[in-house]
Amino acid sequence: LKIAVFVKQVPDSAAKIAVESGVVNWGDAPLVINPWDEYAVEAALQLAEKHGGEVAAFSLGPESAKEALKHALAMGAASATLINDPALAAADAGASARVFAAAINKLGGVDLAVFGKQAIDSDTGLAPAMTARVLGWPSLTLVANVAALDAGAKTIKVERGIEEGRQIVEGKLPAVISIIKDFGEPRYPSFMGIRKASKAEIATWTLGDLGIPAPESKVSWPEIIAPPKREVTNEMITGANADEIAAKLADKIIGEGVL
Amino acid sequence: MDFQLNEEHRMVQKMVRDFIDKEVKPTVREWDRKQEMAPFILPRMAELGILGINIPVRYGGQGFDYISLGLVCEELEAGDSPLRVVMSVHMGLNSMALLQWGTEEQKQKFLTPQAKGEKYACFGLTEPGAGSDVAGMKGTAKRVGDEYVLNGEKMWISLASKAHHALVVLRTNPDAADPHDGLSAFIVELDRKGVTTGDIHGKLGMRAGSTGFIAMQDVHIPVENRLGEEGEGFKIAMSCLDNGRYTVAAGATGLIRASLDASVKYSHERKAFNREIGQFQLVQQKIAYMVQQYEAARLLYLRAGWMKNEGERNTRETSLAKWYATDASFDAAAEAIQVHGAYGYSDEYDVERYLRNSKGGVIYEGTSEIHQLMQAGYALGYRKDADLRCELPAYDAEYWHAEK
Repeated sequence: LKIAVFVKQVPDSAAKIAVESGVVNWGDAPLVINPWDEYAVEAALQLAEKHGGEVAAFSLGPESAKEALKHALAMGAASATLINDPALAAADAGASARVFAAAINKLGGVDLAVFGKQAIDSDTGLAPAMTARVLGWPSLTLVANVAALDAGAKTIKVERGIEEGRQIVEGKLPAVISIIKDFGEPRYPSFMGIRKASKAEIATWTLGDLGIPAPESKVSWPEIIAPPKREVTNEMITGANADEIAAKLADKIIGEGVL
Repeated sequence: MDFQLNEEHRMVQKMVRDFIDKEVKPTVREWDRKQEMAPFILPRMAELGILGINIPVRYGGQGFDYISLGLVCEELEAGDSPLRVVMSVHMGLNSMALLQWGTEEQKQKFLTPQAKGEKYACFGLTEPGAGSDVAGMKGTAKRVGDEYVLNGEKMWISLASKAHHALVVLRTNPDAADPHDGLSAFIVELDRKGVTTGDIHGKLGMRAGSTGFIAMQDVHIPVENRLGEEGEGFKIAMSCLDNGRYTVAAGATGLIRASLDASVKYSHERKAFNREIGQFQLVQQKIAYMVQQYEAARLLYLRAGWMKNEGERNTRETSLAKWYATDASFDAAAEAIQVHGAYGYSDEYDVERYLRNSKGGVIYEGTSEIHQLMQAGYALGYRKDADLRCELPAYDAEYWHAEK
């Protein structure tokens, strides 16, 4: 089984995001691997362990994104490649998907492309489905569990975690899947993995290496503004008993027009 | 001079921090209240490789350097002090002594399973009647043919009831002109006949840790279990402390950080007189001191770790780091409680536990008073470190990483 997993470098989820002069700023908070992508790496590794095969990690981003790739290597990925090209600095999800598809084609023989369900910075969750569309592969998103996979027969059956519950979907390989939290806690990097990652040479591919022209981005960010501050006030609702408190609360909710 | 941690160091730090945040912190209060060690701690630390972090790969370890050991200890104690204590005894006081003084056979037989985390290890020096006065110990080891017969009791021993192996120091020559020269070190498997162990409860802190006693009554061990030469016990014990104290210093640094982080967080959350309390200068002063203490403690232990990596004798520097960091961790925790006010006095918040846990470090592995005597001794020229027959090996990445 040949698996490609895609990871993104994002600001730590604990970072305080601010907008200063139209630029997003997260202070001195560290950049980390996108938390959802850790689940993707875990899923990729589990599938490779179960069905045999190797995991190749990719990241689209600047030089600093190598840190996210090293995390994937330390977790157990066999190789890591950075995709970095000045023409991709403002790539939207559609442009990124074309780049991911080109990387998958260049790697060759990929059975499964694995993504986290979304990135915590841009939060669109579009890349997996768009990549599948570019490749012409099935898109199995929000995967909570891979119920069956037959590398020989090239079939896959997954459980999708959706609002209504679990949905079982079957598809043909090669396919693109995106992973949700229910798949299971990502493993910590092992100490041996950390050493391997710290010594690893991470290859960099440019658009020239991928053999594609700079894809056009349809989405641009003409202006970035901080959302208006929400003023919150607290009020303790008291009463002689639970019924009275509940009644007062209900009146309040209706009075404020919340319901 | 390079103050930058390397990539391996940073990844080790993050890995241990993630483990602490996800698995340890949610359970800390519960086990502290129960006064028991959480049963998952030792097996999980073993499984993750933490118990062998800085031992060469050929002896079952992970092959990282001594600075990594310090960073691990800082992260562990920033989460919960008893986890750092595990590293102090299993690694600092025992496994590193085997690396330093052990024969190849002893390394294969005892160090390798310890570094793999298959066996846990502890260290027995203190007795009910002998702490700082090491040479005043009463426990004996008598040579009988190819064996030693051990008798005595070791007290305040971390992991006494959990460990498989103990490194104990006992008197082999009661007639030595200098009592220090009459001591020898032994590796004792704690399932041997005549050994009994147990835990002590009712401690001020380290309640979720295992602290106990090892009693030995006519325990027979083969001569091959003696570490070093006969009469070398005191020197071995002091070299063990050079390593144990390093882990205590690094851990106490983590405890200062925990007090600082908790105080900063609370200072932003808590409001008094319509302002967050962080805006009051007297609260700021407490936080400023914690920052100063954290940075100074960190530099002191990292210097000691760097010296270990270089193979330089570091008794003075490690003692200084341990003395400073443990005293500072007690002060920082006390001030963190003050920042938290009445809430800090309850175990609803972590800072009261930080204070209780910090006090142990001020006492064990050389009380602050012992370290003051040592530092004055060095400064006045009364104290000099003689060369040891076996020095702690300098960190050599190629040797540490090699399988054979």
